[in-house]
Amino acid sequence: MVKPIILRTAGTNCDLEIEWACVNAGANPSRVHVSSITSRKVNLLDYDILIIPGGFSYGDDLGAGKVLANEIMLKFGDLIEKFREKRRPIIGICNGFQVLVKAKMLPFWNKQTASLVWNDLGRFEDRWVYLRVEKSISPFFRNMPDVVRFPVAHAEGKFILKNNALLKKLEKNKQVVLRYVNPSGEIASYPYNPNGSTSSIAGVCDESGLIVGMMPHPERAVLNVHKPDWLRNNAKDGYYSGFQFFKNVVEYCL
Amino acid sequence: MAKTEKIKISSCDDNALTEISRNGLLSLSIVEMRRVQKYFTKIGREPTDLELEMIAQTWSEHCFHKTFKSQIKYTEVLADLAPTTVEISSLFSLIKEATDILNKKWCISVFRDNAGIIEFDKSNCICFKVETHNHPSALEPYGGAGTGIGGVIRDILGAGLGAKPILNTDVFCFGPLSISHQEIPEGIFHPKRIFKGVVSGVRDYGNRMGIPTANGAILFDEGYLYNVLVYCGTVGIMPKWAVEKEVKPGHLIVVIGNRTGRDGIHGATFSSASLEKDIPTSVVQIGNPIIEKKVLDALMLARDEKLYSAITDCGAGGLSSAVGELSQDCGAVVHLEKVLLKYSDLKPWEIWISESQERMVLAVPPRNFSRLKEILVSEDVEYACIGNFTSTKKIEIYDEEDLVGNLDLDWLFQKGELPVLEAYFEERKTVSIIPENIDIVEVFLHLISDSVIASKELVVRQYDHEVQAHTIIKPMLGVDGLGPSDAVVLAPLYGSYRGIVVSCGINPWYGMIDPYHMAGCCIDEAMRNIVACGGDPERVSLLDNFCWGNCNDSLELGKLARCVKGCRDFALKYGVPFISGKDSLNNFFTEQDKTIVSIPGTLLISAISVIKDVRKTMSSDFKSAGNLIYILGETKNELGGSRLFHILNIEGGRVPEVSPEINLSVMRKLYNAINQGLVRSCHDCSEGGLIITISEMMIGSGYGVEIDIEKILTDIKEPVVVLFSESQGRFIVEVDESCVDRFEKLFQNLPCACIGRIIPAFYLKVFSGDNQLLNVDGEEIKQNWRGALEW
Repeated sequence: MVKPIILRTAGTNCDLEIEWACVNAGANPSRVHVSSITSRKVNLLDYDILIIPGGFSYGDDLGAGKVLANEIMLKFGDLIEKFREKRRPIIGICNGFQVLVKAKMLPFWNKQTASLVWNDLGRFEDRWVYLRVEKSISPFFRNMPDVVRFPVAHAEGKFILKNNALLKKLEKNKQVVLRYVNPSGEIASYPYNPNGSTSSIAGVCDESGLIVGMMPHPERAVLNVHKPDWLRNNAKDGYYSGFQFFKNVVEYCL
Repeated sequence: MAKTEKIKISSCDDNALTEISRNGLLSLSIVEMRRVQKYFTKIGREPTDLELEMIAQTWSEHCFHKTFKSQIKYTEVLADLAPTTVEISSLFSLIKEATDILNKKWCISVFRDNAGIIEFDKSNCICFKVETHNHPSALEPYGGAGTGIGGVIRDILGAGLGAKPILNTDVFCFGPLSISHQEIPEGIFHPKRIFKGVVSGVRDYGNRMGIPTANGAILFDEGYLYNVLVYCGTVGIMPKWAVEKEVKPGHLIVVIGNRTGRDGIHGATFSSASLEKDIPTSVVQIGNPIIEKKVLDALMLARDEKLYSAITDCGAGGLSSAVGELSQDCGAVVHLEKVLLKYSDLKPWEIWISESQERMVLAVPPRNFSRLKEILVSEDVEYACIGNFTSTKKIEIYDEEDLVGNLDLDWLFQKGELPVLEAYFEERKTVSIIPENIDIVEVFLHLISDSVIASKELVVRQYDHEVQAHTIIKPMLGVDGLGPSDAVVLAPLYGSYRGIVVSCGINPWYGMIDPYHMAGCCIDEAMRNIVACGGDPERVSLLDNFCWGNCNDSLELGKLARCVKGCRDFALKYGVPFISGKDSLNNFFTEQDKTIVSIPGTLLISAISVIKDVRKTMSSDFKSAGNLIYILGETKNELGGSRLFHILNIEGGRVPEVSPEINLSVMRKLYNAINQGLVRSCHDCSEGGLIITISEMMIGSGYGVEIDIEKILTDIKEPVVVLFSESQGRFIVEVDESCVDRFEKLFQNLPCACIGRIIPAFYLKVFSGDNQLLNVDGEEIKQNWRGALEW
C-alpha cells in the first residue's frame, strides 16, 4: 500500500481531512509530528508521499510557513533532498504551499524566486473559487474537468514572483498547475482571483512536476456534498474533483 | 513584605468589612463578608489574602450564579388582569424543570458538566456550550473576544473526558456603527472599533484552532453602546465512553498548557460588576491559540489512551476554580511553587486566581503519569504536577513550606443563605399607529440595507467555515455564494453522512415589549432555522444564554423572570429540552454621575438537531424559474419590535406571539416534505418579514419572483402590514410543479398558500390583486443588501 506521511506540528489544522482523503484514494497514511522526524524516531524515507497540510504552523509568526520551512530545511533538509532524488511526490496545500515556497522547494529548487504574501484585500477570506486545470508537467491533475471548484481559506495567498522572466519560465516549463478563473474558465479579477495572485496562479509545481503546492484545498472538495452548490445541481452522492487529485498522487506511486 | 498576608477581619464592623471587599476588588456583599468573618472566627484565625480571593471567586456571580439560584418573589401585572405574585424557587430550576418533564432519552448529560451532552449515534455524543465574554470585549475588543472563543473551546475540551471541537458559533450585539464620534460617551470605544476588534479576535483565534466558525448573528442597537455582547459557542464530538469523569484521592493534579501570569486577575469578580471608566485592563486575559491547539492535539491522544480520569478547564477563577471544582467531593493538596510561571514575581494568591488562558487541569492516576508526559513532550506541551487529590474534604494550598490556604470545601461550596429577591413586571399595552401613505418601495430598500438585516458576508468570509471538511450546508450559499443560510449542517464523522444542524434565535426588540414572547419567538426562530435546512424538529436541543442588565433592580429582574418563564413554557410546548445554558448579568455601565445604563435584556437561543443523512438537507437559494412559491404559517398584524417600526421610529405595538401547536405541525410536515424531496428551496421569515425572506432567496439565485399577497390567508387589509409583519412560524418554500399535489396534501388543514412563481428576470414583482406594490430590480436589492456593512 502507498504510504503518505502527513507532517504536522503546532498549528497544523487540515491533517485529519487529508488523512481521510488519502484513505479514500486507497493509501495508508500516517499523521506524524515533526518532532518524531527531528528526533529520528520516524524515518521520512519509509514513506512514499510527503504532504504538508494547511493551518497556521507556529502561528505563522515571522510570516506564513516560515518557521516550519526553516525547521524542515535546517533539521532534516538532507532527508528532503533524498526524498526528492527518489522522485517521491511532495505536496503542500495552503500553509503547506507557503512552507514549500519559503523552504525554497518551489517553484525552483534551492532558489527563493517566489513568495506568498498578504491578499490584496488585506485580510483572511474563505470562499469557493473556480480553478482552471492547466496543462502542466505535473501528473497529479489528470482526469479532471477543465474547471474545478475548491475552496480557499487564507490571508497570505497572493503568489508573487521575483521578476517577469520567471513567470515566462514557469509558463514555458508548464509549471503552473491551477489558475483562478471565472465560471467560464477565463482569467478575471476579484472575487474570482481571491487574493490578487500574479497571473492568477493558484498552484505550481517544480521542474519535475512532483513537488506541487497550491493555496486551494482539494481535501475539502472530496465529496459532491462538499460543493457549495450541490443542491443546485442535485449531485448528492459520490466523489468530487478533490478526491481525484489525491487518487492521482497515490496512483502515481503504485 | 510577606508573599502572603493575613487580613484581619475578626474585629471588623460592617463598614470595615465592606471596605475590605471593595479595596480588594472582591465583589462580596456584606452578608457574604459576615459569613466569612463567622467562619474564620469559628476556626480561630484570620484569613489569608489567598483565602479571601478564593472565596470571592467561588462565590462570584460569574461562577456561582447567585441570581439564578436565588428564590424570587415575582409579581406580574398583565394588562386587563389582576396582579399575581408567585414564589419561584429559582430561575435555574424553572429552566431545568422543562428538561426534566420532557425527559428525552437522547439527553445524556445536561446542566452538570462544562457543556450539554446529547447522543449522536450508537457510539458518539455531541456536546454544545455557548459562553459570553462581554466585559472583556468592551475593554479590549480583540483580546476579549479571542479569549471568549478560546474559553468556550476549552469548555468542550473539558466536557466529560474531552470532546473534539467541530464547530464554533458566534453572536455579537454592537452599538450602531453609524453613530458619530461626538455622541460617544467618555470611557467607551466607538462601536466600529469594537466591531472590528471583536470580529478579528474571533477570526484569529477560531481560524488558528482549525475549527470552522459557521453559524451566528450580528445585531446593532443603541442599547449595546456601553456594553457589547459577545456570545461564543463550540460544538464537539466525543466517544460515549468519555462522557463521565471521576476524581479519586491519590490522583495527581496536572496542569497542562500555558504558563501562569498576571493576566486576567479578578476576571471572575470584575465581570460580576458594573462597567465604568478607568477599569484596569489587567483583568482581560491574553490569548495564544497555538498553545491551545497543541493542548487539543495532545489531549485527544491522551484521552484515547485513557491516561486521565477527569479534566476541566481553567476559565474564570483560574486554578482556584478548576482545582476547587474537581476536588469538591474529596479534597486536594496543592503546591503553588510547582506551577509554571510566565515571570517569577507572582504572589501566591495571584497564581491561584490568575485567569491566564490555555490551561487545563487533569486528574491523573499516578501509574499513567509517565506515559502522559511522553505525549505532552512529543506534542511540545508544557506541564506541571502541582499536587494531588485527597479525601480530607479540605483544600490545602502550600507555597513551599507555608500553608497559605486551608478551607473546608463543604463550607466553600455551600449555597449559603441567599436573600429572597423581589422581581416585578408590568405589561405595557401600547397602540401604535402606522403613518398613512408609506412609500413601500422606499421602505423596502431602506429595510434591506438595515444593518440588522443586511448581508453579513463581510464577517462570515473572514472565518474559515469549512476547515475539517465537515461543512455541508455553508453559511453563504447559492450562485457565487451570495445567499444567506438559515443554519449550518455538518457531517462530523469522516465516511458517514449522519449529521447535525445548528442554528440560533435572538431578538432583543421583542423583549423590550415583552420578554415572555421574546422567549417564544427566539425558540421558534431557532427551530425554524433548523427545519428550513432539513433538521428534525423532534430531535432538537436548546441552549439558553441570558445577558441582562442591572438585576439588583427589581424591574430588570422582573423582565428576566418573565423571560425565563417564557423559556420554560415554550420549551415544553415545542417539546424541546434545554441541555445547557449560562447567564451573564450586570451588563450595565455606571456613568460618572452614577446613572446606570443597562443593556436590553437579551436572550440567545442556540439549537442543535441530529439528522440521519445530510444529503436530505435544504438551502435557501431559489433553484429554477417556473417553480411555485408557497408561504407556510400564519401572517398576523405583529409589528411590535419589528425592523419596520425601528426605521419608522415607532415604539411599542403588538409583539409577535407564537402559536406552538400550529407552528410545530408546520415544522413537522416541512421536515417530511424536505425528506421526501418535495422542496427545492426553503427560507424562514424573520426580521423584516416575508418580503425580506423572498429577496434573500432571489439574491442567492439570480432569479426573480412574481407574487400576489392577496393569496396569503390572512384578514389583514394593509399591504404594509402583510409585507413587513414579523409573525413567527412562517417559511417561504419553493416547490416544483410536479410535486405540488403531494406537497399541498401534506399541509392540508394547515396555513399554506401558493403566492406566486419564480421568474427568469431578476426582478421582485409584488402585487396585491391587480395593484402592483413593488417592481424592483434584483441588482438594486442585491447592492443595498450587500453594501450596508463596511469594514
